[in-house]
Amino acid sequence: MKKNYDIVIIGGGPAGLAAAVAAYDNGVKDILILEREERLGGILNQCIHNGFGLTRFKESLSGPEYAARFIDEVQKRQIEVCTQTTVLALSKEKQVTVINSAQGVFTVQAKSVVLAMGCRERSRGALNVAGSRPAGIYSAGTAQKYVNIKGYLPGKRVVILGSGDIGLIMARRMTLEGAKVLAVCEIMPYSSGLKRNIAQCLDDFGIPLYLSHTITKIEGEKRVTGVVVSKVDENKRPIAGTEMHFDCDTVLFSVGLIPENELTKMAGIELSPKTRGAVVYQNRETDTDGVFACGNVLQVHDLVDFVSEEAEIAGKAAAQYVLNGAKVREEISVNTGNNISYVLPQKIDRNAGGQVKLFFRVTNTFKNCTITATSGGEVIAKRKKRIAVPGEMETLLLTEKTLAGINDEIVVSLEVDE
Amino acid sequence: MKKTLTCIECPLGCEIEVTMNGDEIVSIVGNGCLRGKAYAENEVTCPKRVVTSTVRAENGALVPVKTDAPVKKSEMFEIMQKINAVKVKLPVKIGDILLENISDGANLIATGNEE
Ligand SMILES: Cc1cc2nc3c(=O)[nH]c(=O)nc-3n(C[C@H](O)[C@H](O)[C@H](O)COP(=O)(O)OP(=O)(O)OC[C@H]3O[C@@H](n4cnc5c(N)ncnc54)[C@H](O)[C@@H]3O)c2cc1C
Ligand code: SF4
Repeated sequence: MKKNYDIVIIGGGPAGLAAAVAAYDNGVKDILILEREERLGGILNQCIHNGFGLTRFKESLSGPEYAARFIDEVQKRQIEVCTQTTVLALSKEKQVTVINSAQGVFTVQAKSVVLAMGCRERSRGALNVAGSRPAGIYSAGTAQKYVNIKGYLPGKRVVILGSGDIGLIMARRMTLEGAKVLAVCEIMPYSSGLKRNIAQCLDDFGIPLYLSHTITKIEGEKRVTGVVVSKVDENKRPIAGTEMHFDCDTVLFSVGLIPENELTKMAGIELSPKTRGAVVYQNRETDTDGVFACGNVLQVHDLVDFVSEEAEIAGKAAAQYVLNGAKVREEISVNTGNNISYVLPQKIDRNAGGQVKLFFRVTNTFKNCTITATSGGEVIAKRKKRIAVPGEMETLLLTEKTLAGINDEIVVSLEVDE
Repeated sequence: MKKTLTCIECPLGCEIEVTMNGDEIVSIVGNGCLRGKAYAENEVTCPKRVVTSTVRAENGALVPVKTDAPVKKSEMFEIMQKINAVKVKLPVKIGDILLENISDGANLIATGNEE
């Protein structure tokens, strides 16, 4: 490892890999990828199910297959990779402090940095379930690692809390490996998972999904022996008299992902309370010139295809920054209106030219609705939807022509049709 | 008779309504594309799925695998038993056939590289 690089990429998951390839192909070859795990590929290594890459490759790949395509591209370009190397600190001046067993702690200076650290699962602490803390309680992602990487089944009778995609995928996986999944409970009146995962992971195996239900008690001293599940009211408070009891030895929780932004905070980069990722321009540049973010560290994606697309934007922009320096910007802010929980990018630089795709999520399930982007009282883009759900990321395209005529803040909102 | 299905061929997850007259398909509506039509036709006659899992390599590591074509949903558990009996020699490359004809002509193939 050298002391100076044009571009340092933190994280060797799908986002970091695609950013590296895009930066290279846009003219910057002095690149270093830093990854704390033994191998590249990020969380995809444990996602052995298929369904990745339909948008990008028009085929249904498993996680490791999808990752391998990008690892091949990185290797073809002979981009330098350091695995088993953890980034400890990042400064605003783009000094990256790392540790590994071979070289200890040292610092590399980058001209540009791409943040691609991914996300982590919300912990059980956030759950607030009564009962002692017996063994047999895992996050769905941890269980996924046990089963798919280590080859060991964490339990035989399972109740899953939360209907996010990882929980749904694990319901099927553990069932196929011989466990009995008794129930999936979701506190919201809708599932945050993809509809196809409800069909192929639960319905296929007759696993019941209880919407508006939560675990109110975990029983067991040393090991989980059972749980109590209750229905909740509109305010997510358990309703007395609705208790159901399940005998189980394992509880998996799948209650959401949080972007892993400790390094971003350390560098003093502005974060959005809505996405919990950095605030960025359309080229995924943060408020610190030359520092870019992409993938799950920026916004939690459902589909890795979009992660790769976003990473290519960031990688290309990092290369342009190295080659051309900082930009003079003309800034328009993008904000959330009715029924929208976040929009990304939060800022558009009008001088950049080109089209901009807005990514956002809705706050609830809506039927027959219209999503619009407005600016200065005029609708600049709109899309009708038969159904919109929080579990699926939505997009709106602003063309170059549209953007040329805009001077005011852009607001994205959703209204239910009359 | 009407059957409502969720298409699993892509993330849109279209809700498809199939009208049947006995074993005959009268109409298919709600599919966003032709893949969905094919999925619905299969689903009401003989539902099939790609099965993904892992197998042990001789050094103890796990190698991710899948069936290279959809297999009968009703046979998934028998297929899992066959998968769990497989032991592989390293190295393994993506696409290597680890068990030929695991079911109805579909093979079990590796989906990860292992040295
Ligand atoms: C448990 C889990 C299961 C998932 N399952 C699915 C699924 O089934 N289907 C799907 O489409 N999406 C799934 N996702 C979402 C998935 O994470 C994204 O699609 C995609 O992998 C995100 O890519 P990424 O590169 O942004 O993040 P990641 O894949 O998480 O990669 C980030 C990488 O950065 C490394 N890193 C982090 N911090 C540091 C540091 N300080 N120093 C060095 N390296 C660091 C990590 O080790 C990791 O390899 C899952 C996410 C999780 C957490
Ligand atoms: S019908 Fe077509 S568009 Fe709809 S879910 Fe199936 S594959 Fe996707």
